Order: sequence, then structure tokens, then C-alpha cells
Amino acid sequence: MRALREAEQNVNVRVRRAWLVVPVALSAVVAMSACAEQNGGSSASGKCDSKIAFFGARTGPNANLGINIYNGVKLAVDQYNAKHKDCKVTLESKDSQGDEKQAPGLAQQLVQDQKVVGVVGPAFSGESEAADGIFDQGGLPLISASATNPSLSQKGWKVFHRMLGNDNAQGPAAATYLKDTVKAKKVFVIDDTTAYGKGLSDVVKQSLGSVVAGSDTVQPKQTDFQATVAKVKSSKADAIFYGGYYAEAGPFVKQLRAANVKATFVSDDGVKDEGFVKGAGNAAAEGSVVTCPCIPGDEAKGTFFADYKKAFGKEPGTYGPEAFDSANVFLDGIAAGKTARKDMLSFIDSYDKDGVTKHIKFDKTGEIAKSEIVIWSYKVSGGEIVKDQEIKATS
Amino acid sequence: MTSTGPGGGKARQGNPVMSALRTADNRRLAGLSAMRSRWRAIPRPVRILFGVAVAVFFYLLPNLAIPLIPTPDTNFASVLFTVAVYVLVGVGLNVVIGLAGLLDLGYIGFFAVGAYSVAIFGSPASPLATKYPWLMLIPIAIALSMVSGVILGGPTLRLRGDYLAIVTLGFGEIVRLIAVNWSITKGQIGIPSVPAPPGHWGNGDPIFGIIDTRPFYWLALTVVLICMFGVKLLESSRVGRSWLAIREDEDAAELMGVPAFKFKLWAFAIGAGLGGLSGALFASRQGFINSNSFDVLTSMLFVAAVVLGGSGNLAGVTLGAVLISYLPERFRGFADKRFLVFGLALIVIMIFRPQGLIPSRRRAVELEDRKREAAEEATANV
Amino acid sequence: MNFHFLFSNIGDLTVTGLSQGAIYALIALGYTLVYGLLKLINFAHSEVFMMGTFGALIAWNLTGLHENDPTPSLPMMVVYLLVGLVGAMVWSGVTALTVEFVAYRPLRRRNAPRLVFLITAIGASVAISEAVGVITSRNQYGMPDLFKTTNLATIGNVHITNVDLGVVVAAVVMMVVLDQFINRTRLGRGIRAVAQDPDTAALMGINKNRVIVLTFALGGVMAGAAALLYNLKIGVTRADIGFLLGIKAFTAAVLGGIGNLRGALLGGLALGLVENYGSALFGTSWRDVVAFVVLVVILMFRPTGLLGESLGKARA
Repeated sequence: MRALREAEQNVNVRVRRAWLVVPVALSAVVAMSACAEQNGGSSASGKCDSKIAFFGARTGPNANLGINIYNGVKLAVDQYNAKHKDCKVTLESKDSQGDEKQAPGLAQQLVQDQKVVGVVGPAFSGESEAADGIFDQGGLPLISASATNPSLSQKGWKVFHRMLGNDNAQGPAAATYLKDTVKAKKVFVIDDTTAYGKGLSDVVKQSLGSVVAGSDTVQPKQTDFQATVAKVKSSKADAIFYGGYYAEAGPFVKQLRAANVKATFVSDDGVKDEGFVKGAGNAAAEGSVVTCPCIPGDEAKGTFFADYKKAFGKEPGTYGPEAFDSANVFLDGIAAGKTARKDMLSFIDSYDKDGVTKHIKFDKTGEIAKSEIVIWSYKVSGGEIVKDQEIKATS
Repeated sequence: MTSTGPGGGKARQGNPVMSALRTADNRRLAGLSAMRSRWRAIPRPVRILFGVAVAVFFYLLPNLAIPLIPTPDTNFASVLFTVAVYVLVGVGLNVVIGLAGLLDLGYIGFFAVGAYSVAIFGSPASPLATKYPWLMLIPIAIALSMVSGVILGGPTLRLRGDYLAIVTLGFGEIVRLIAVNWSITKGQIGIPSVPAPPGHWGNGDPIFGIIDTRPFYWLALTVVLICMFGVKLLESSRVGRSWLAIREDEDAAELMGVPAFKFKLWAFAIGAGLGGLSGALFASRQGFINSNSFDVLTSMLFVAAVVLGGSGNLAGVTLGAVLISYLPERFRGFADKRFLVFGLALIVIMIFRPQGLIPSRRRAVELEDRKREAAEEATANV
Repeated sequence: MNFHFLFSNIGDLTVTGLSQGAIYALIALGYTLVYGLLKLINFAHSEVFMMGTFGALIAWNLTGLHENDPTPSLPMMVVYLLVGLVGAMVWSGVTALTVEFVAYRPLRRRNAPRLVFLITAIGASVAISEAVGVITSRNQYGMPDLFKTTNLATIGNVHITNVDLGVVVAAVVMMVVLDQFINRTRLGRGIRAVAQDPDTAALMGINKNRVIVLTFALGGVMAGAAALLYNLKIGVTRADIGFLLGIKAFTAAVLGGIGNLRGALLGGLALGLVENYGSALFGTSWRDVVAFVVLVVILMFRPTGLLGESLGKARA
């Protein structure tokens, strides 16, 4: 302590005149602020410097889906650039980690860069809620290849589009599958309280009507599902619909089968991930069904499947083809000289052309035209999630 | 209450690296203290002028094009806003941890109460749809979070320090789980169209729009400055001295006639109010909130901010909050590892610098004393 | 509130509650031992447990048993159970000791205040869990099936499976062994002595640091046992499973009376039951809320827990 005091005293002597520095510092600050410049703003979009952006999770706990989408977009951009060597498009990537808190700042940054004329994403519904309003104010068109919450298209956001059917399309399809293909008499419905899982299972419950034998919720990150398994067991259901993600579905199915419950497990695209099979184990996962408003990679038209495999050394994952289509809509626009956001937006709104997944045409709210929505079911077989059939609407 | 740390100490000398580090540490402490007295030696008006200059600098920060400081991936003004909110959280949590010495691990709960108050009473999309104006929402948010602070503190503040930590942690989780499961907070689906502060530019655009975050940042900065000033006043008032007395030795304080429980409850309520205010600002800027934003890890980050910077000292807390909120955005590549880095940083700092980066003067002395006691005890034991 | 479901399934709920509680109890031991000795909430203990679940998996993989392999024959199953147990205990024990050496010991040397210990513990907990999270890319890992879950007995409409029974029996056995160890052996006497009065114990020639190391190791080994049982029962592990289980286990320790070994067992089983009944009554989404409310209420009204806290007087 004595050393400290001595130091203080020494300093006190020296310091008396040091405060003269203050006015100097002050004027420096003022000077700096005078030459402050406001970035962004200028919309001097030259001919060949357009960008499109990916927005979604590439790291963090929900990264698998985002990486599939990013790869789809990247493939499209690479193919475009190979064809247009003199006028390349840059792919910007915003890794949101699927986190609502990070989304607005990232979206603002994209909006301020006038060279960005289109966004593929945001990947999840939650981050869409937080970011899409910003894109709308900035007039930056977006096409999501995976956000399926129906409410997103009902907010009056002009820039919003999505390349797939929403939960209102997938829910009834899952119900149809349960009733027609599984021929279930009693269905137990489970959701994981997430925007996605709960939204979807509510639609499924509605479409199933009186067939619903009971329902329960689980929590994200939960690992012990005995309580829910007991409820399923006592309901004597012959099928289960699970609305949620693969992380919880895996151990749930494992414990379900361990408790000797044989009911058919039907779930959604959030479960369509190899992580589900890994969590449940091949034996328990066998025969589980997932529905998805996405087409199997090998059902994509053209050379997409082969190209993707060549580029990334693996088969396209969920929403890879949809992302490829979304990016191509923007790239077509850029090729047609629509390098201002306003032009791009009207270009997308009147887009009417075949993509690899479907014929692409958006309605007024930005949803894909109803007749073009496809829902597929996939089945776990031998530890792999393989395509099962396209679910045709009956009603 | 001044429990000796688990075990009591036995100093083992002779590790050259450790002692070198400690010497360097002490030297730095001396340097800091010298800076502090240098600051005190400056005439008061100049100090105020300097403070104003610094404030002006921070107000202008989003407009200045200083190389290397702006964030490459995220909108800089929006990062600055987040930083300001974290600083406000730090200032509030500092009242609880730094001044009153109560470890609150569930501070996120108050943050959530504030955020949800604004959303539930202000948003047209909330089930209540009361659509109160923003200026009314802020006092509501502060009041509700203070009330929740009293509700939590009332029964639990008599508990021992580490039990209190666990109870507050439980409280934070309860708040989050209620947000997840309650029909009014709508869980992960969340509440959109949270109102922003009122006001329009000349051309009819809202001042607090969603594209340009700078007005939000300026607002948050103003709130931070006001709150810092208020806390500073409190700290040097009778209340602040009582908090210090309680922190140092609750029994002794009680004997000297300080009603410890009452002042602890005040600290809790004031801290909660500030937490609620920061939550309210966060929700207004975000425009959409759901239960995801209020997890325990974020609560740990809050505590980390206070402790890393130097609990009990506003400058330290501010530094801690800035580091914790700014660095991950500046270096987004490592965002996935940020909690890992913070966990390690917490251990290292607690070992080498338990008083934080910019320690509170009194606390540094106190810790120094304990260390010497431990050493003396050890030599006595030999 | 669903009273009908609660009462018509009370038997099954009790069985699952007890088997969940047994795992809480084994983890709670680690909290109780360290708290009894050092008055320290070893926050990182939850991650000690998490490491154990990976330890068992690594041991199985090294000895050639993988997730989707067919269930082994009976003798091999016993071998693999032992392999898994050893793997989990070693991995957990090493983690517990690492935390003690790296994080706590330097603080003890400085006679740091209690809050500094707690914050360090939180830091260690976050660091371990995140390190594993980054290494495993936050994926989950399925366990191999060592045996098929079968129904051993059905009494009325109560089903008792081999897993549930095994978990509860194993937990009780471990608990009895530990209790005997603490009460009957020389080392155990050392632990009790230091817990009761560190200074006098030191005067009597007990090496306090060695006792502390031993205690952390014991807690780690028990967490390892819990980790193996968890693997058998839940079948999946992940880097972030520790936190919630840790809080629950701590609740169990407090419920039974922290510092009291038998209290940990009682508290664990009681918490498992309360949680299961609660979730039957209010819905499964309120399960964790029930647990946390129990924690808050216990701490408020009976902070010494059901059996009272004391490791020094563990004979009681």
C-alpha cells in the first residue's frame, strides 16, 4: 500500500499541468466529427458489381440446415459466374446462428449495401420475424428457402417470398399421410413449444380432427422423455405426430421404442436430418416418417443433383434444391439487368419459369403459387432417410 | 458474512512464473492507482469538460469513420446500441453485485420482465392489445421489474450468499420457462410489432425507424449516462455507504445500526429496475421478442461483464460490458466460441485478478489484505 | 390440472420418478461432498457428469462397441458395462481433479472470498461445456444398446423395467458403499475431520489438500457412475446436458440437506417423484418450473433440508 501512495504523490506533482491536454483532445474530437462521413446511402450500382446474400445459420446449434442452403446458393452463383466471366456476381454470407438477437444488425448491414439486390433467407421463422421488417423498409427482396411459418406472408411485407409451401400446406399433408397411408385410428400429437413445432402441430391437430387421441409438449434441449412416453403409452395411440426438431426427436424415439411403444412416428422437415437417426439409433428410428415441403435431391430437374454432388462431395441436403432455385431467381434478374432493388422486386413478382424443384411463380403475398406446392414424405430405412412418396392432397 | 474462502490458505512460494505474473500485476495496479490520482488532481471544471468531451465522442461514434473500430459484418450503430444496453445492464447489476455484494445469477429474469412489459402492454399483436403509448410503457416496465425484484428479494435475501446465487439462477429459469409456456408471452412464437419510441423527422419518417439504429443508440447512451450519474450519486450517499458496509461485513453493519435487509432489498429493487429498463430498450429496438432471448447463458454473460471489468467500479463494469458485447461482433468468426473464451477468461481473471480489470479502489485493497493474511497465516503455520 | 392422469398412472409415475431421482442423487453426492468439506458450490460438477457420459462412450468405442451394433451377449454385456463404468469414472474423476487443481487450488492459496470461488466455478462450468460443444460441433451422440429394455414385472398396472430397477439398485448400492467408506475407513475419517474443523484436523496431522483431492475424486467417480446410468437410460448425450441436470441435482442435495450423504439419496428420489407427479398434474412443460419452485421454497423455509446438513456428523 505504501508503494501505491508514493506513486500517487509523485504523479500529483507531475499532473498539475496535464489538464491542458483536455481542450486539445476536445477540439480533436470536434474535428473528427466534422469530417465524419455517412456510409451507405449512395445507390451508384454499377453494371457488374451486384451481390446476392445468404442469411441464416452456418455455425451454432442449428447450422446443418443453413449449410445445406448456403451450398445450394453457392452452387447457383458459381454456375452463373462460370457462364458470365465478364460480369460476376458476389455471394455475401451473413451467419446469423439462427439467433433472433443477432438478426437485425446483420439485416441492416445488408440493407445499407446497395449492391446487394437479393437475399436468400432468413432460414428460420424466428429470425425472419426479427429481420424481414428491416428488409422490407430497405426494399431489399428476399426469398426464403426454408422459413415455413404461415404468418410471415401475412405481415404486408412486400419483399417477402418463399420457395416452398408453408405449414398450412404441410400440416394437412401430414394429416393426410397419417389417415390415408398409415391408416391411423388414434394419433398422439406432440410439439416442442417452438414457433415452428407448435405452429405445425396445431395445424395437424386441426386437420386430423377427432382422430387426435391426446397431446403433450416437450422442451427444447430436453433429453428425458419418460413422462411424455408414459402419456403416449396410456393413450394407446397407433401413430404419433411430432412437431419439432431432430435434436429432441432422436432421444424421444429411442425412449419410445425402449418402452415398447410401436406407434408409427411421423414428423416434419425439422426432423429430416441425419442427427435424428444418430440420436435415436438405427433400430429405433427404422420406419419413422418425416414430411417436408422440399423435394428429394435426386428428384430435382436438370443436372442439379450431379452438379451438387460434384461440387460438395455429398448429396444435396434438405432445402438445397430450393435454395438453388431461390438464388437462380435473383441471378436471372441480374442477368436481365435488374440491378436496382425496385426493378428486382417487380422482376421476382412477375417471375414465371421452371426451376429445378418446381415451376416458380409467386402470389401477391409472396407465397409460391398454390398449385406448385409439393410435399414429400421420407422414411428412415437402414439408418438413412430416404424418399418415400409425394403426398398428393386429397381434400 | 466475511467467510474465509473455502479451506483457508496455504501459500506456496517458489513458482517463478506465478510470482512474476503477480509482480507485473501489482505494478499495473500501482499504475492504475496513479492514473486515478492524476485524474483527481485535475481541477473540477476541466474534469467536467473532459467528461463532456468523452460523452460527445461517444455520441458521434457511429458517424465517425475511425478505421478498425466499426464492425465488418453487422451494422455498427446497431452493435453500439447493443453495447449500450449491456453497459446499462452492467450498471444495474453492479448495484447488486458490486455495491451490495449479492451475487445475482438470474438478472436476465428482470431484463425479460422489462422486455415483456413493453411487448405485452404495447404491441397490437399481444393478446392483451392494450397498446399503451411507449412513454407510458417505460415506467410500467421499470415498475414491474422492480416489483419482481422485491418479490424475489423479499423471501430470499436472508439466505447465505451462495444459496442466494442459486435461488436467483432458479428465478431466471422460472421467468424464462414462464415466457416459454404462458399463453400471453407466446413462447417461441413471440410477440411482434413491439412499439418504438415516438417521434418523426421532418419528412414524416419515424425517428426510431428500423433501418437506422443511431437514434436508438443515442437514446440508450443518454439513458446510460443518466443512470450512471444516478448510481454514482447513490453510491456516495448514505445508501451507498450502507451497501458497502453490508458487503464488507453484514453482521458488523447490522450491529452498527444499518438495517441490512432493507438496504439489500433496495439494492435488489434498483438493480431490477435498471435491468427492466435495459430489457425495455432492447425490446423496443428489436421490434420482436420471444423466449429465446432470455437464456441462462446470457445471464452468465451479464455477470461475467461485471466481474471481468471490476465489480463495484462503474468504469470497470463499463469496460467489461463493452468487451463482452463488442468483441464477438467485431470478430464474428469466433462468435461460436465466445462462451468458451468467456469461461476461460473468468477462471483466469479470478485467479490472477479477482478484483477485475479496473478494480474498485476499496475492493482491491480488501483483496490485497486477504492475500496478505493468507500468506501470514501460512508462515505462522509452518 | 389433470388429477385423473396422475392417479390412474401413479404407479408408473412413481417408478420413473424413482429412476430419475436415483441419477439426481448420484450427481448430488458430488455437490454434497464438496460443499460439506469446503462450503463451496462446485458449479462445475454438472460438467464433470457430462464428461462422464462421453467417457463411457469413448471407452465403448475404443473397445469396439459402436452405436448401431447389435446387443452383445450376456458375458460381453457385463464386460462392456464394466468398461463403460471405468471409462465414465476415469473421465469424470480426471475432470473433477483438473477443475480442483486449475481453478480452485490457486484461489484457496489466496484465501479468496467465497463469491470469487463461485464465479470461478461458473467459469469452469461454462468453459468445459463449451469446449466439448465446440469439439463435438454441438451434435448429439447415441449410445450402443447394451441390452434390450424389458418389462421385469407388472404389478397391477405398474410396469417395472430392467433399466428402472437397475438404475435405482445401482444408485442405492453406490450410496451405501460411499457411506461406509466415509464412516468406516481411515480416509473417510479424514474427510469427516476436515469437514468438521479444518484447523484442528490439520493439527492432528491430516493433510488437508490430500483430503480435498480425495473428495473431488470421490465426487467425480460418483458422477461417473451417474453418467453410465444416464447413458443406459437416456441413450443420448450432448455437450449441454450438464447444466439442467446439475441444477436439479443441486436441488436434490439441498432438499435432502446439503453436506449429508443420506440426504442426497433421499433428496434425489424425492425430487424425481415431485417432478414426475408435478408434470403429470400441470403438464410436462411445467416440469422444470416445478423443480425450481421446490428449490426456492426449500431454501426459503428449510434451508437445512430434510435431514439437516452436515458431513462431519454423517453418522446421524
